[in-house]
Amino acid sequence: MTDTAHAATPGLAGYNFAYLDEQTKRMIRRAILKAVAVPGYQVPFASRVMPLPYGWGTGGIQVTAAVIGPEDRLKVIDQGADDTVNAVSIRHFFARTAGVPTTTRTQDATVIQTRHRIPEAPLQRGQIMVFQVPIPEPLRWLEPREPETRRAHALADYGIMHVKLYEDIAHHGQVATSYDYPAMVAGRYLTAPSPIPRFDNPKLDRSPALMLFGAGRERRIYAIPPWTPVESLAFEDYPFEVQRWSRPCALCGATDSYLDEVVIDDQGNRRFICSDTDRCEQRRAEAAS
Amino acid sequence: MYVAAKGGEAAIAQSQRLTGWRRRGDAEDAENPALTPTQIDQQLGLAVDRVMTESAVHDRALAALAIKQARGDLMEAIFLVRAFRTTLARLGAARPIDTGTMAVRRRISATFKDLPGGQVLGTTFDYSHRLIDFALAAERDGDAPPAPVEAETSAAAAMPRVTDILGAEALIEPADPAPGDPAPGDLTREPPTVPYGRDVVLQALVRGDEGFLVGLAYSTQRGFGRNHPFAGEIRMGEVAVELVPDELDFPVSIADITVTECQTVNQFAEPAGEPPDPAMPGPEAAAGPRFTRGYGLTFGEAERKALAMALVDRALRAEALGEAVGAPAQDAEFVVAHSDSVEASGFLQHLKLPHYVDFQAELDLLRGLRRQSAPADTAKAAGGGS
Repeated sequence: MTDTAHAATPGLAGYNFAYLDEQTKRMIRRAILKAVAVPGYQVPFASRVMPLPYGWGTGGIQVTAAVIGPEDRLKVIDQGADDTVNAVSIRHFFARTAGVPTTTRTQDATVIQTRHRIPEAPLQRGQIMVFQVPIPEPLRWLEPREPETRRAHALADYGIMHVKLYEDIAHHGQVATSYDYPAMVAGRYLTAPSPIPRFDNPKLDRSPALMLFGAGRERRIYAIPPWTPVESLAFEDYPFEVQRWSRPCALCGATDSYLDEVVIDDQGNRRFICSDTDRCEQRRAEAAS
Repeated sequence: MYVAAKGGEAAIAQSQRLTGWRRRGDAEDAENPALTPTQIDQQLGLAVDRVMTESAVHDRALAALAIKQARGDLMEAIFLVRAFRTTLARLGAARPIDTGTMAVRRRISATFKDLPGGQVLGTTFDYSHRLIDFALAAERDGDAPPAPVEAETSAAAAMPRVTDILGAEALIEPADPAPGDPAPGDLTREPPTVPYGRDVVLQALVRGDEGFLVGLAYSTQRGFGRNHPFAGEIRMGEVAVELVPDELDFPVSIADITVTECQTVNQFAEPAGEPPDPAMPGPEAAAGPRFTRGYGLTFGEAERKALAMALVDRALRAEALGEAVGAPAQDAEFVVAHSDSVEASGFLQHLKLPHYVDFQAELDLLRGLRRQSAPADTAKAAGGGS
């Protein structure tokens, strides 16, 4: 089968729209459909070698390539920021291979590919979040073998994770997991939210946006469809908590955003600024006008 | 100030420009002409063989170009070719190559002193003293090493595989395709699931990093999953690749390629519940222990890789052969999941990407934990998060 699409659509000469050939996109879309049908379940897919390295967002790139169209508007963030090296690289990749318009404004994007954050601005109906996932298996650090973890999911046997959280509390007085905090999706599958800080976990719960997770090296895709209940694991007497800061963002004054710590001199002085650069800039622009 | 910590688009572009400039070296130096892919193919051919094998594309010119672009970093070159490979259309599947009809350029057996076809040493570093040849530094255009001497007897004489000689006496397990001869799996098109078939294991081993496989094979030799290997035969030479096009019903030879094949002869196993094979000659075929095999195959001249692959293949068959399993080299999930250099190198190096957010979360967590365990006054100094 040949792709007649290339000549007619924007993108890189010699390559199909958004790099992947249409058959590969169909294969990925089938995996995505299955993932949406079974929220939180890790669907194996025949991940392709991408021209970016494994571990640098190949799963997210393949998912984005499979769902994006010429009418979409893409935002890419890494660590919440649009200008971090890998976000720049991936945004360029799609600007070159798909010719799609890009944006840094969360509200204007139809597809948002992310590594390690969910934007602060509330997501809207119709938006698609694409997460880059290094290790899709939430039980992997407790059980390295795939047949064992698959069996645990099949039986919804998540006892080892509860024991892990309990042991954290026994040793440290709190759950010692600060990112990639495990969550139950639709009350059935324990799911790795990717290494977002647990600050972002509540944004997954009943979100109006479609959340797609792509793990290229591990060859898995999973999804949290819009409005799906997502519950971060906790105990009745040790409820789930998110990170909080005792000071506002040093640039925009936000008190409700996730802050990055920046070392500003060799005296140990630090500033705390929004990790979501778009939100921070919009707030400053509003304050200035 | 904080902007400096984040890479801008301009910085990336400049970094790439610098890398391209470095690749060329000193372009003004008359002693440093631009390297051509032909030179790499002809004079650094073993690097080309490795890149072709581990990237799973037989294309010398492409591999040579990738080595040039990657400044000699073979893992990077393998990655470049792999990424190109994914974009290639599949026109068909070749028939299995027949290494028994190979035009042999090197063939050695460590199990028989002499055998039909003899030992053919061919090209190898094996019997050289590893002394740096300083005269090579002065080699100039037009200098040619002494030409090789043609053998008196044709190497095309019958040269049966050592394993076939043993097989004729039913002393070694057969290596026939599985019943029904199913098409082999392809881990680049179907996500492999545990337990893997041997076809997928062998595919992963061919693509696997040579260094990783050499280390694993060595570990079995030192007792971590010992499997008593003999290098039954290593042969290198040209084989024909044949394709049966859809519109024809006979095979067409599309290329001659160089391959290295290694078959090890390993210690014994009883046939597991197989009925006696009536095709086998002699009563000994029916039962009793037999030698087992390990198999290695590569593009080009890559004997070390082929031998390591054969040892690891045999180690990974331990469970199927009813042997005790416990060493890393016997664990197919461990080996297959971690042998691919493109996957391993990518994930390893992703550690260079920013992790500000997760690190901040860990800082916050650690400060919280320290506040709980420390007296109130020292905790204050921790600042930052709540």
